[in-house]
Amino acid sequence: MTPKSDLPQGTLDLLILKVVALGPVHGYAIAQRLQQVSRDVVQVPQGSLYPALHRLENRGLLAADWKETETGREAKFYRLTRKGRAQLETETASWQRLTGAVGLILDLSEGGAE
Amino acid sequence: MTWWNRLRRRNQMEDQLEKELRFHLEQHTAELIARGHTPAEARRLARLDLGGPEQVKEECRDARGARWLEDLWHDASYALRALRQKPGFAAVSIVTLALGIGASTAIFSAVNPILFEPLPYPHASRVMMIWYAGPGGARANQAFGTYRELAARSRTFEAIAVFKPWQPTMTGPSEPERFDGQRVTADYFHALGVAPALGRDFDPADDRIHGPDRVILSDSLWRGKFGSDRSIAGREITLNDNLYTVMGVMPAGFENVLAPSTEIWSLLQYDATLPQQGREWGHHLRMVGRVRAGMGTDQARAELDQIAHTPTPEFSRPPWASMKLGLMVDSLQDAVTRGVKPALLAVIGAVLLVLAIACVNVTNLLLARGAQRRAEFAMRAALGAGRTRLIRQLLTESLLLSLAGGLLGMVIAELGVRGLVALSPPELPRIGAIGVDGAVFAFALGVSTLIGLVVGLVPALHASRDELHIGLQQSSRRSAGGHQLTRRTLVVAEVGLALVLLVSAGLLLRSLQHLFAIAPGFDASHVLTMQVQVSSPRRYPKDQDYHRFFAQALDAVNHVAGVASAAFTNVLPLGDDASNEVFGGHFENDNDPNDDHRAYRYAVTPEYFQTMSIPLRRGRLLDAHDMLPAPARPVLINESFAKRKFGGLDPIGQRVRFGGDNDRPWDVIVGVVGDVKQTSLAVSESNGFYVATAQWLWADNPLTLVVRAHGDPAALAPAIRDAIWSVDKDQPIVRAATMDQLVAASAAERGFALILFEAFGLVALALAATGIYGVLSGSVTERTREIGVRSALGATRGDIVALVIRQAMTLTGLGIAIGLAGAVIASQALITLLFGISRLDPVTYLGVIALLAGVSGIACWVPAWRAARVDPSITLRTD
Repeated sequence: MTPKSDLPQGTLDLLILKVVALGPVHGYAIAQRLQQVSRDVVQVPQGSLYPALHRLENRGLLAADWKETETGREAKFYRLTRKGRAQLETETASWQRLTGAVGLILDLSEGGAE
Repeated sequence: MTWWNRLRRRNQMEDQLEKELRFHLEQHTAELIARGHTPAEARRLARLDLGGPEQVKEECRDARGARWLEDLWHDASYALRALRQKPGFAAVSIVTLALGIGASTAIFSAVNPILFEPLPYPHASRVMMIWYAGPGGARANQAFGTYRELAARSRTFEAIAVFKPWQPTMTGPSEPERFDGQRVTADYFHALGVAPALGRDFDPADDRIHGPDRVILSDSLWRGKFGSDRSIAGREITLNDNLYTVMGVMPAGFENVLAPSTEIWSLLQYDATLPQQGREWGHHLRMVGRVRAGMGTDQARAELDQIAHTPTPEFSRPPWASMKLGLMVDSLQDAVTRGVKPALLAVIGAVLLVLAIACVNVTNLLLARGAQRRAEFAMRAALGAGRTRLIRQLLTESLLLSLAGGLLGMVIAELGVRGLVALSPPELPRIGAIGVDGAVFAFALGVSTLIGLVVGLVPALHASRDELHIGLQQSSRRSAGGHQLTRRTLVVAEVGLALVLLVSAGLLLRSLQHLFAIAPGFDASHVLTMQVQVSSPRRYPKDQDYHRFFAQALDAVNHVAGVASAAFTNVLPLGDDASNEVFGGHFENDNDPNDDHRAYRYAVTPEYFQTMSIPLRRGRLLDAHDMLPAPARPVLINESFAKRKFGGLDPIGQRVRFGGDNDRPWDVIVGVVGDVKQTSLAVSESNGFYVATAQWLWADNPLTLVVRAHGDPAALAPAIRDAIWSVDKDQPIVRAATMDQLVAASAAERGFALILFEAFGLVALALAATGIYGVLSGSVTERTREIGVRSALGATRGDIVALVIRQAMTLTGLGIAIGLAGAVIASQALITLLFGISRLDPVTYLGVIALLAGVSGIACWVPAWRAARVDPSITLRTD
């Protein structure tokens, strides 16, 4: 196994919201997509994916329907609620502010050391 | 495990969760197969990736917050089943908790309003009782003259009032009825800080001799007798043949703590010119005052002290009211509770011990049960039950026990409070305010629940540690667990606590035995008493008319079949508050004319001594001639008085004056009679003098009839009442009681404490016995294997019994030693309740030690006997 980074605390919810924002999707597909998009850099423990989904559903950020997949199987499809979309926007903005700030600080310290 | 399946309700949510995860696994497996894994390998990898399905499910359930209600239901129904499987455990725990919660709630509910809640008056801490200081720090009643001086000179009190009991009889269209009332000075209600709800307070201008007759009614009298008539103020009612104008009605919530049964108040109306020979200078009034805002007890005390020691010519004082020993001030709360405080505090101590023992027992039970269930919890954890879920499960079980215990405890508390009120001695103040106290109940329930929860958590924490496999292995072996030390501590604690309680109960019991062994100075058996009152001053205008009525009544009573002898007295020993009947005496041979020999006055008819069986020591008794007017009254004094005043001299023929009237001729001492206990069996002999009713300064009214019966005195009461009513049917007769009842009532406070201590002692003994038994049988069960090995190695049954008993008795011995130290300390708090024995009474201590050792011996004999019957071949094979 190649070494992978753990997800920073609290970012799993944000990633899930982002993935679901692209359209209704079931749990397995979310796991797949997270892995693909992050190019296997980020480890998403599947065991914590489902509790996170249920938590988001419980908070009203996600809604779920049972629908058939292309292969004719019944699966639980998650979609973003209005509240979830708002949450996604605020969290994305704050994430970008945070990473921007962290980046600035890192640049600054390098400049200072040289 | 069937219980796990039974627990799981296949509702929609569970179905969907299951389906969702299965879909995930199938998709993943399919993909892995597509990548070239074998199906078996693919399934394994997929499962590995997802993690334990039950754990994921559990976390998903947790993630859905609204689950708790559903879980609670699951947990509760599971806990119910678990408890039903062990009904003995459940019953013992619930009853133990209920006893602890119920008893402590009942006691605190009763004691709280009496001792700790402020009295129901505005700024109650500013209300004080003021006493005349007697010799030896005794609190004596006040004279009206002293009241006048204090009310005029004091600046720290905004109101001072004096009052005395009054029993008016109301006549009217219906039959005569006697009320409990008070005669008060006009500021009485002002001092308490309560004004009438209807009408007006007393007018100070009316409080003068021959002033207008005014009354204020209590709310209950107003409702009961006057139909809540709102226009009652200004109406006139007939009391003792006189018309009284109703001034007002007190509010419904008004508690007259100084005389709780009072229904009616009238003005004192004493003579403001303060004639020295009059009642104005008799010490027979109680005094209450309200301190001004911003002034404290200390300032009040200092000022009263200063007034007492600086007489002014404006306020002259007779020698017996000189205030040379000063005045004493108590807060009203202290004054009201002083008599009962030691008993109540002791009872609180006892109930705390019971609560502690109950908690020890429950701890013990839960620990034992937790140890037995370690295997179960290890198993459930292994099957995916989360730590929080296990803890919640145990909490639910403990809560269920506490709730059941609490409910039963509520019933016990309710019954207990009712029992307490029914059993309470008459001195107990504020009985009306006693009821089950919700806050106290919640506290007791909370404490025991908390203990249950904490103790219940222990096995859950064990189970959820990373040593599940150890738990699983241990469970099959049932070897001695790690709780041995805790359990031993519990046995020691249990024995110690029980010993403290039982010693206290024992000391009280022995005190009461001593008390009842004391001779009251008269023969109480076969004596009936009742109070007879003349309440028609118009029909009996003069003292002679009173005397005639009582003489005729006595004659009628003597004709009732079964009456051996009968007499009247103004004061009944052990039955009446005789503090109003203390008079100063001056003997002709006193060296100092200011000497004041205070003595109880008994105005009696001549047959009194024979009826009460009071022995004559010297001289003669009173006879029929002494009921006629005579210039020199014959008086009898009691033995202690004679000894104190005359020492070895013969008192017969000595001359004396009682009551401060120096113009009267001297009275002559004609006889000395035996001492009689007046206030209580425990109080030593006080001075007393006897005079014939017909020869005293005034006609005493009411008088108490005492009748010695040939048979059962109580059975004579109706016939005697009819006999008196045959003389005049309009005169009330009240308080019929046998002398035996009065003697028992005089020890009521100790008896009350004793009943409670006996009850708590029995509960403690039962709890300690079950506790000791539970711990020992539990430890024997856990050591079955060890015992099996021992007997396989040749230990006889006797050896094994000895082993178990030796260990149990060592713990008991340790508990007794610690308990003894506790009992010695606790007995200090009981000192004021003890009588005739030392607080270290060896009989009590040895008796209790023997009792506890015996109980403990029996409690450990059963498990020891069972251990001895362990068949080694079976125990060793079960592993």
